[in-house]
Amino acid sequence: MTISKIWVHAEASDAKVATITLEMLAKARELADTVECFYAGPEADAIAATLGAHGATTVRSTGDLGGGFPGVHLSAAVAAAVATESPDLVMFGTTYDGRDVAARLSVKLDRPLLSNNTDVEVDGDSIVASTQIFGGTQIVKTKFAAGPPAIALFRPKSFVAEESGGGAAEVAELAVPDSGAAGAAKILDRHAEETSGPKLDEAAIVVSGGRGLGEASNYQMIEDLAKALKAAPGASRAIVDAGWVPYAYQVGQTGKVVKPTVYIAAGISGATQHMVGMKGSKNIVAINKDPEAPIFGIADLGIIGDVHKVLPKLLEALQNRT
Amino acid sequence: MNVVVCVKQIPDPADPGALNEDHTLKREGKLILDESDSYGVEMALQLVDKAGGGEVTLVSMAPNNETSGLRTALAMGAAKAILVSDDGLKGSGALDTAKVLAAAIKRVEGADLVLAATESSDGYTGTVPEQIAALLDLPSITFAKHVEAADGTVKVQRQTELGFDECESPLPALVTVTAGVVEPRYPSFKGIMAAKSKPLDQVSVADLGLESSSVGFAGSGQEIIDVSPAPERQAGEVIEDDGEGFQKIVDFLDGLKVL
Repeated sequence: MTISKIWVHAEASDAKVATITLEMLAKARELADTVECFYAGPEADAIAATLGAHGATTVRSTGDLGGGFPGVHLSAAVAAAVATESPDLVMFGTTYDGRDVAARLSVKLDRPLLSNNTDVEVDGDSIVASTQIFGGTQIVKTKFAAGPPAIALFRPKSFVAEESGGGAAEVAELAVPDSGAAGAAKILDRHAEETSGPKLDEAAIVVSGGRGLGEASNYQMIEDLAKALKAAPGASRAIVDAGWVPYAYQVGQTGKVVKPTVYIAAGISGATQHMVGMKGSKNIVAINKDPEAPIFGIADLGIIGDVHKVLPKLLEALQNRT
Repeated sequence: MNVVVCVKQIPDPADPGALNEDHTLKREGKLILDESDSYGVEMALQLVDKAGGGEVTLVSMAPNNETSGLRTALAMGAAKAILVSDDGLKGSGALDTAKVLAAAIKRVEGADLVLAATESSDGYTGTVPEQIAALLDLPSITFAKHVEAADGTVKVQRQTELGFDECESPLPALVTVTAGVVEPRYPSFKGIMAAKSKPLDQVSVADLGLESSSVGFAGSGQEIIDVSPAPERQAGEVIEDDGEGFQKIVDFLDGLKVL
């Protein structure tokens, strides 16, 4: 079998297409002749050129949902369109809305949904998705066996975004059926949190702290070090759950996937949940007082030592250089 | 206010996971309450408290009639539990799991709100709650970092890429909560003793009115065709800090020309 048509969930904010959308488009183009996007939001015209340049011929847009959630409304619209358009594969990024839309679509079409995929291929007559388990130590390949369309969620940074030189995607209307009571949840207001410095999932250097910092106030060492290195500060789930830093800082299975040039893990033992989010980094430096910490098994440079002693000296040395 | 909380009983995350020959996760040992679910249980208890009445019902699907994790949540203060345990569920995927849990939730009369974690700590598909909402035709708000319920409405601050959204939905509805949304209580001794005699309804797939062909290996619509080791990342140099460990890091960063 060859795949003839793939649909990709397009997401954007401030007229900028999400990186994960472009990553999926690169993979979709490799697998299928026809690649189309679907999108919920007011910016279809603004993003059509970028989507087209990355290989999408069409973007099917619901337009502004007026505070309604994409999960319920976009899934209903896509489910209705699938009946006539027959995509072989529908791709979603592992994002807040991507998960919602994919989940509801799988129910509406009564098709399985595979999560956390890092690759997809055609194998004989089937579409096969790959997932990493046990902290990325094993790769599971799973065949979609329920007929088209295959529905799959992909982890960020699984593919490399690349332009194909196509013209702007054609904007087509995607009708939104009435979802009745299920469509009653509304977004009333949006809050953007202040951030400074590079974004966690785009930074060339990431400095993350974990439970080994001892207490919340010591996270300042991570912030200071990040500033000195023009890096983004990150965190393990343990200290996010403990309330030391906001969820937006979290690197791992839940949280951000990062692949910086350098990842510095300070006081992080290396729970599988964390490793999945950072083991793709080009270089890993770990500082931990426990010589048995799993993080040392993947670190290019491991320092067995107390973060409270190593970090201040490191910071001082870096500040003296500039 | 009556709240249903979906909870999962999982192998201890501290133990290394392993697969059976049929590619299912080994779940032979004692299972524990997924820590991610303790936030939903706590949130439910607080909402019922604030409403001044009602109760918290747990819904879970697990092999071998496992109840130890449910007893933990009952000890925290939940009133009762429904456990779906059936050999026919082996090999279930996210969608058929959602079908089972949705059918179990339907047995709870007068549920105003269904709570769940954003994802489990063992399978982590992160899609089951939203699939349950779709199956029950309920409105839903995922990734809640703050939840209030009053006058037939649930108000939620939903985590987003940029910050958070203020959202609301009429009840009944389904909400998924992030870790850290509340501080889960530890079960008291009294709670642990009381939990032993709280109602725990054990049901099979047939009891729920589901076809056996719609769940488990037969109904998951997917087939694992290969499990193989991922390319391993090699450990590099590991040294003991002698007071000069920081210099090693500086030299390493220098070598990469990132300073």
